[in-house]
Amino acid sequence: MIKLTLQIFITFFRIGCFTFGGGYAMIPIIEHHIVDKRGWMNEAEFMEMVAIAQSFPGPISLNVSLYTGYRKARWAGGAAAFLGITLPSFIIMMLIAMVFTNFQENETVEKVFKGIRPVVVAVIAGPLVRMAKIMKISWKTVWIPVATALVVWLAGWSPVWVLLTAAAGGIVWQRWKEGRA
Amino acid sequence: MNLYVSLFLAFFKIGLFGFGGGYAIVSLIEHETVEKYHWLTTSQFTDIMAISQATPGPMAINCATFVGYTATGGSIGGAALATFAVSLPAIILIGLVVIFLRKVRENKWIQAALSGIKPVTLGLFGAAALVLATPANFIDLYSYLLCAGAFIASLCRVNPVYLLAIGGLTGYFIY
Repeated sequence: MIKLTLQIFITFFRIGCFTFGGGYAMIPIIEHHIVDKRGWMNEAEFMEMVAIAQSFPGPISLNVSLYTGYRKARWAGGAAAFLGITLPSFIIMMLIAMVFTNFQENETVEKVFKGIRPVVVAVIAGPLVRMAKIMKISWKTVWIPVATALVVWLAGWSPVWVLLTAAAGGIVWQRWKEGRA
Repeated sequence: MNLYVSLFLAFFKIGLFGFGGGYAIVSLIEHETVEKYHWLTTSQFTDIMAISQATPGPMAINCATFVGYTATGGSIGGAALATFAVSLPAIILIGLVVIFLRKVRENKWIQAALSGIKPVTLGLFGAAALVLATPANFIDLYSYLLCAGAFIASLCRVNPVYLLAIGGLTGYFIY
């Protein structure tokens, strides 16, 4: 049991060291470790886990780690997976925060970030169309993301209220469909 | 309110409502850390987004560690607290999912609620870009040119880390 818990920690620590860009890019890497190398799950179980991890809140990598940890070694496994996946980014971000707070006023750093900031906006906006296609957003449903973006951006609504409204909307829509059938 | 309590609450909320992954969570983090609690300026927040893109780990966790450290004036405890708070909802929810797996998967009301949330996460993704398009981040014509160029490159699926590096290099030479 202790050996398994340790294996879970090491596996997710290694995954955590190499998950650049977050989310979807790392799914094949996680699959390699969990399915091919450790044999903790088969392909079908892995796919089911990814589907669940995507639909729940929280980063996908964290959800997948926790799910695997809990399944293999219950609470100890979950704790080991949590520590493993978060520790690499925790250490790195701590070091950066320590350095950054000292260098923020630095002229060179400021020049570099003046160039980077508008690129961050572009990097976020770029994948929007691709994502709309993956989510199967049509001309009939495109108003939902557009309205969301506008109320959050212009009206300053908290995304929390938009998400709660959307969840309620999904339930009302389901009831309405059933009422008609 | 005590700073540590507000840190915990803000990041717990971010973890609980962080649907959709990736940039969908950015507007929520921005809302809490910049607009509500003023732990960061928009420019500082944008810088963390860029740093987060070039370092391993999910954005929400990177952001929690960074803000937890800086907002408390450099406390490792603050960084650990915020990181734990942002992960706690997932720790609880995924635990419940593993216990009640079948019931969650087959419950049509949960599925209906999730189907409503999905198109909204795309909108939050869009809001993230709009919220960061402020005068502080767009200081002159070069900013707009950089943004336009990077946007086109991004449509052509160029790795965002390269784009950020090119932006930084350009900034160093023109400013």
